[in-house]
Amino acid sequence: MQAPDHLPLLRKLVIITVLMFGFGFALVPLYDVFCDLTGLNGKTSTMAATADRAITDQQRTITIEFLARPDPKMPWRFEPEVRQIKVHPGEIKVVHYAAENPTSALMVAQAVPSVSPGQAALYFNKMECFCFQRQTLKAGEKLMMPLQFYVDPALPAQFSTITLSYTMYDVTQHSPAATGAAVYQTGK
Amino acid sequence: MSTISTDTHQHAGQHDADHGHHHPPAGFKRWFYTTNHKDIGTLYLLFALTMFFIGGLMAMVIRAELFQPGLQLVQPDFFNQMTTVHGLIMVFGAVMPAFTGLANWLIPMMIGAPDMALPRMNNWSFWILPFAFAILLMSLFMEGGGPGFGWTFYAPLSTKYSGDSTALFVFSVHIMGISSIMGAINVIVTIFNLRAPGMTWMKMPLFVWTWLITAFLLIAVMPVLAGTVTMVLTDKYFGTSFFDAAGGGDPVLFQHIFWFFGHPEVYIMILPAFGIVSSIVPTFARKPLFGYASMVYATSSIALLSFLVWAHHMFTTGMPVFAELFFMYCTMLIAVPTGVKVFNWVATMWRGALTFEVPMMFAIAFIVLFTIGGFSGLMLAITPADFQYHDTYFVVAHFHYVLVTGAIFSIIAAAYYWLPKWTGHMYDETLGQWHFWCSLISVNLLFFPMHFVGLAGMPRRIPDYALQFADFNALISIGGFAFGLSQLLFLWVVVKCINGGKPATNQVWEGAEGLEWQLTSPPPYHSFTTPPDVK
Repeated sequence: MQAPDHLPLLRKLVIITVLMFGFGFALVPLYDVFCDLTGLNGKTSTMAATADRAITDQQRTITIEFLARPDPKMPWRFEPEVRQIKVHPGEIKVVHYAAENPTSALMVAQAVPSVSPGQAALYFNKMECFCFQRQTLKAGEKLMMPLQFYVDPALPAQFSTITLSYTMYDVTQHSPAATGAAVYQTGK
Repeated sequence: MSTISTDTHQHAGQHDADHGHHHPPAGFKRWFYTTNHKDIGTLYLLFALTMFFIGGLMAMVIRAELFQPGLQLVQPDFFNQMTTVHGLIMVFGAVMPAFTGLANWLIPMMIGAPDMALPRMNNWSFWILPFAFAILLMSLFMEGGGPGFGWTFYAPLSTKYSGDSTALFVFSVHIMGISSIMGAINVIVTIFNLRAPGMTWMKMPLFVWTWLITAFLLIAVMPVLAGTVTMVLTDKYFGTSFFDAAGGGDPVLFQHIFWFFGHPEVYIMILPAFGIVSSIVPTFARKPLFGYASMVYATSSIALLSFLVWAHHMFTTGMPVFAELFFMYCTMLIAVPTGVKVFNWVATMWRGALTFEVPMMFAIAFIVLFTIGGFSGLMLAITPADFQYHDTYFVVAHFHYVLVTGAIFSIIAAAYYWLPKWTGHMYDETLGQWHFWCSLISVNLLFFPMHFVGLAGMPRRIPDYALQFADFNALISIGGFAFGLSQLLFLWVVVKCINGGKPATNQVWEGAEGLEWQLTSPPPYHSFTTPPDVK
């Protein structure tokens, strides 16, 4: 019997293998898109919201809880000014978070938000947030950082409490602005 | 299923080949350079047996530590390394290579092919494996110890809080993945291109069918695992943030990607077992398999559904209720084709002229105990109940029922069933029965009480436990030691059978049907150099 030519099939199988390897990585952006659409992972938008849809719903009151913690390896002090407030959907509020760099070096930090329950993240709109940019603090510097937000009146009825949690990470290593010793600090 | 004719001329041809210039070189070179599917099959099986004992020793360490509450023998850190490496070795070193070894030995003989389609790649896919496991095992001896984050290596445990052995872990998993992918490609090409004339798709033995589907699962998900470990590597060492919230990543994403691989992976470890049991039960019932076509369709639908159920491992990560229900129902749907299979095996035995040699005993034990594992799987699939069972010993009981009394029992059954064909000698039936009964009793003593302690809330992967679990854990450990020792009987049977015994006939078993039983026992080094005619 003539030995069959294995090459065409082999080529197809190798292509499938390579594509599936790529698919593993494609899951990363796919997951982000999926989460943006569904609020699956409690991530809020990294873009500033506009308030054009904000019609205040006086009938409902939503409790907003604020949590903040520095990453375990992060020496900063980082806490919310108030632990909890009550808002009406559509009402624009400003709260502040205090940050302090107790070390003797310039540090750059990034706050990462997470909303619980996750699906409520889609309705939690931030107009201004310290988490939109990296925060740079000189040695011993203190800073009050604002967060301006409103809750979308379309928030489904089953949600009465939204918890907003921030974790502050040290990103000094990854920050080009802090690599030079003589960087002029431009923080707010 | 099909009748087979092999004429005498062809037998003469094989005889010539066996005594001609095709003789393998002797010693180490024979095994290192071999491209013969039978040699490579033997290598895989012996490697898997070795790994089974190494992984088993780690299980003994775990059970010894858990014999009493409190910390006696090992430090928690080392305990974690034992649970991690035990899992990795049993999954990637024992079960998967054993199935690949069986595929190498049997698929060419079952479809009337002279060898695997890509023999040189076959050699590579085996010989990189010892290096993978050498790397993994050596990492246990480095400063800071081996990987201790569980075989599932969840981020950020594996990215932020792991030792430097993580790099070795990643590379060894890469090599294991490449090996499995090459093995799977070889199986697919062999089955597509080298079937003997007349061996149509729906005449193929079920072992060949289940392996074909397994091979497709392998090339679909092993690359995803390779991607996952690569992301862990770059997150840990090269500053990427796939799973790091600080850089915009998400640790939960890790679990999605991992279980997208992980759930098909558990079917990779059970589908060939279905094929083995579907070969053994008809032989000892002396009846053709009941519902052959439905077996093929059931296997295919299990494989397809396996891509839609991954998040049932992640019910407690805070998914929306809709997603939890979706994954719950998809998971339960898998019970339908699995039920079809169990029904068909029982229907094959129904009114058969049954005898109970060791392979049949293990196959029947497989059917009963795997079904128990399937039922506990259904319990775990119930989303609200899973919040209670998650990460308890109930889960440990579940996956050991499907993997030990499922996959491992089927591999042992296959070894007993085909050993006479491979070696040309019958194994020692008395010793085999001793091995079976010791294994059966000890394995249930080992894993059944885990259901109870799990339901009562004993967490998995912890080296210590609350006092009320002490009695059950002592029993479990005794079962564990007994099961481990029972496997030495298996080693004895295998060694004894290789070295001699009553000569086996070509058919070996009275009711055995299929091309491999037409060959001599042991088969010639090169078989089916001219393809048989399958009618």
